Amino acid sequence: MTRTRFFRSRTAEPDEDTIPTTNRSGGGGTAMRIIVPLQGVVQGRGGLFLGSVIPCALFYFFQLYLKRNRNDQADSDDSNSQNQAPPSRSGSEGQLNELSVFTRSTSRNLVSPRGPSGRAYVSSRANGIVKSGDSPYFVGLRKVIEDPYDESGNPNGVIQLGLAENKLTLDLVEEWLVENAKPAILGGGGEELNISGIATYQPVDGLIELKVAVAGFMSQIMENAVSFNPSQIVLTAGATPAIETLIFCLADAGNAFLVPTPYYPGFDRDVKWRTGVEIVPVPCRSADNFSLSITALDRAFNQAKKRGLKVRGVIISNPSNPVGNLLDRETLYSLLDFAREKNIHIVCNEIFAGSTHGSEEFVSMAELIDLEDSDRDRVHIVYGLSNDLSLPGFRVGVLYSSNENVLAAAKKLTRFSSISAPTQRLLISMLSDTKFVQIFIRINRERLQKMYVKFALGFKQLGIKCTKGSGGFYCWADMSELISSYSEKGELELWEKLLNTAKLNSTPGSSCHCIEPGWFRFCFTTLTERDIPVVMDRIQKIAETCKSCS
Amino acid sequence: MAKALLLFVRRAFFFSMIKICKTILTLANLIMGLEIEQPTVGLSKVAVSETHGEDSPYFAGWKAYDEDPYDELENPSGVIQMGLAENQVSFDLLEEYLEKHSEASTWGQGATGFRENALFQDYHGLKSFRQAMASFMEQIRGGRAKFDPDRVVLTAGATAANELLIFILADPGDALLVPIPYYPGFDRDLRWRTGVKIVPIHCDSSNNFQVTPQALEAAYKDAEAMNIKVRGVLITNPSNPLGATIQRSVLEDILDFATQKNIHLVSDEIYSGSTFSSSEFVSIAEILEARGYKDSERVHIVYSLSKDLGLPGFRVGTIYSYNDKVVTTARKMSSFTLISSQTQHLLATMLSDKVFTKNYIKINRERLRKRYEMIIQGLRSAGIECLKGNAGLFCWMNLSPLLKTPTKEGELSLWNSIIHDLKLNISPGSSCHCSEPGWFRVCFANMGEQTLEVALKRIHNFMEQKKTETN
Repeated sequence: MTRTRFFRSRTAEPDEDTIPTTNRSGGGGTAMRIIVPLQGVVQGRGGLFLGSVIPCALFYFFQLYLKRNRNDQADSDDSNSQNQAPPSRSGSEGQLNELSVFTRSTSRNLVSPRGPSGRAYVSSRANGIVKSGDSPYFVGLRKVIEDPYDESGNPNGVIQLGLAENKLTLDLVEEWLVENAKPAILGGGGEELNISGIATYQPVDGLIELKVAVAGFMSQIMENAVSFNPSQIVLTAGATPAIETLIFCLADAGNAFLVPTPYYPGFDRDVKWRTGVEIVPVPCRSADNFSLSITALDRAFNQAKKRGLKVRGVIISNPSNPVGNLLDRETLYSLLDFAREKNIHIVCNEIFAGSTHGSEEFVSMAELIDLEDSDRDRVHIVYGLSNDLSLPGFRVGVLYSSNENVLAAAKKLTRFSSISAPTQRLLISMLSDTKFVQIFIRINRERLQKMYVKFALGFKQLGIKCTKGSGGFYCWADMSELISSYSEKGELELWEKLLNTAKLNSTPGSSCHCIEPGWFRFCFTTLTERDIPVVMDRIQKIAETCKSCS
Repeated sequence: MAKALLLFVRRAFFFSMIKICKTILTLANLIMGLEIEQPTVGLSKVAVSETHGEDSPYFAGWKAYDEDPYDELENPSGVIQMGLAENQVSFDLLEEYLEKHSEASTWGQGATGFRENALFQDYHGLKSFRQAMASFMEQIRGGRAKFDPDRVVLTAGATAANELLIFILADPGDALLVPIPYYPGFDRDLRWRTGVKIVPIHCDSSNNFQVTPQALEAAYKDAEAMNIKVRGVLITNPSNPLGATIQRSVLEDILDFATQKNIHLVSDEIYSGSTFSSSEFVSIAEILEARGYKDSERVHIVYSLSKDLGLPGFRVGTIYSYNDKVVTTARKMSSFTLISSQTQHLLATMLSDKVFTKNYIKINRERLRKRYEMIIQGLRSAGIECLKGNAGLFCWMNLSPLLKTPTKEGELSLWNSIIHDLKLNISPGSSCHCSEPGWFRVCFANMGEQTLEVALKRIHNFMEQKKTETN
């Protein structure tokens, strides 16, 4: 009976990646496999005890012996030495960027050396990539580049609704730069130029003045509800390396993180690619407005554990991408409790914190850890200037943590992704100009709200439901009524129609790992108000053709 | 009914047994000193490993400098930093350029083009910048090799470029062959997160530390003996810490070796613009061109502006690969280490100005050569010999006659006294994994001439003292 129970639990996760069964200390599950057959053998009182302890102990010691030997040989981690690379791993590495729509069945294909004339070997990481080539993300991007929409010049071009760029408030930044850029970068005030200030080697984790300025900016963004300590900041060249560096610090290859879906497609690359760490998706449903459920997290944690995956933490985004939800205080507290109970980390991606546009209050994870001393070591925040300050090109990301060891390691790791010194200098000036920052934050929020309301209204008028978003650059729209078959295939067909016929580049929900087909993510911050009717018009045309088909 | 109850009791018993087992084994783990389930939330192996190497003497010397830095006026008896390979001899040329061309740093009047630049996060990099880099690399090689801008992949510094390449060329547990002595940072850059090993190619002073085919074979065999798969050879040309270019025949040998074993060849040419005379540097690109690019997809070049232009703070590195797959993958991976678009714009303007670059390269070389001669003379008059160098920002000094014992310990104790008595931070050969003790790397381009004089004087006095001691 116990055996049947084990099998039942194994089939309970149809949509999870296949995970390699390696010699992991699998706790209850694996031990059971040994004990159950032996149970019948051993009779009597003491026998039962010995019958379970001894084989269990032997099994574990055997594993440790193997582990030790493997370590001596290869000096590498368990899962790394598994050369039968799990199809899931190389496949998902293949779809490394934004959209991993085509699921994970590509097996590892070595370009094996055939001799002196053979082609030299390239690692499994590289092999996966090259096959991905034409994922929807790239196809869409290419189409936009080839035929970009322009109101006057190219009114029939492809409109970009798939890339998170905030063009709404760039003019303010531009204005500031025209007045202040030169002295900001090269120092001056009329004196002779001195380049050694920006040319020479700087601390790899960023200039202290920039850390101070960024800490102040983050506080301002969050309406001074919390103050950030500059010495707990590690600066990186964008939020992308900030997340990757954090994952490198918190987990070994083969470990896993729980991530509520739908999630930012870039996580597949940032969290998994070079680190070898897995993502365990935690599905959220439209019925709950895609809000985070601790029960679902718990379930996913236990399922992962049964499969022998060591879960190291949870990654949440607040405001979330793509849905645009804010996590309320209660949920954050429950999350903290959950993490404490399981003794895992929380990585909180707050990169859209300054781009909230609803009436809901934004609560940063930092607020909570200010109060709870015991949890300071497990909470880490990722931030960046790409979205809130419209400067993705400048590459400024922030890793914020109270965990001394994480900070120490991250400070060393960030040498592989440091921010360029002239950019640091420029931003020190800009962010220290608190008056400018105040005006910018306010106007940015106003414009975002205005755009969002108009955009969401447009969808409403078409009869397409959007989730109520409170932050971020996206409308998360339910177009399931327009898809021919309620499946990923149907969704992709609609996506293609949108791209090739309606000439709109959007992000299909499957790239965000949404379990309900038919949801699409549309970015509205690259548009002007006049573009909205154009977009809605095109969607309407598609909607009509779809309705007549189905 | 009773049966079901019994079954239930047994099951409960099992689960509690399993819990007990787990605790016993956790204790066993503790006793055996292996990984423990920490009561505090755990970190990764990468985070707690020592592979960052920052506890080696190479970096310890820097600490001594940080605590007591030399300053001409404020602290004339402080530690002089001679362990940092930075090029400060040509800053004035850069400053002059930037003064005259402010549109480089400020996107011109009215900041036209700013918007596009601020939003630009394409990992292909600014086309104008890639073109400028390719042409700059050609100029450095005197036009003897061509570079295709579409093969240029941009990274935030050569540190990132090296690591990225290794992520692509090798799997964890594989090995790279690297000639010793090598740049101490390689231990961290090539190994830490990648999980790849370094197997040294032994070189010694008998032939000026040149790589020989025998040494290459021996290193390969060493790796085989340890059951490790070799994925490539990584050379630095001009060499750090030797301060000398690799000869054409040696490059040919290395390329032949790589071809024969079907492995990669990474050539870190970060000091290519810092050769004292243009004609003495032979790039692997030239060799490939001479061979008609046959079998070139195993070759990759790493470059950066940190040394030649003296702009390490800008974080500009590149990978130039002759392998399409590597270029595509590296490009995508460079998302983790993009160069600020502002910096790309600034440098694109500067490096496209061929008049400026030609002049800069020439003058920079001259000044470096002069510095080198100054330090060599100074050391010679103090009775110290150096390896014959022709490139780089440092010289490879031989202090083996001064060692009390010809061992690593002897070298470190000498190094200690140099730091504490002479107050000079130089890099001991052991941190560069040199097989012969007593060699030291001394940087000369990261200071003004006066400071260099002071350093030479200190060395002179030290040697005089040693002479009187022995007499």
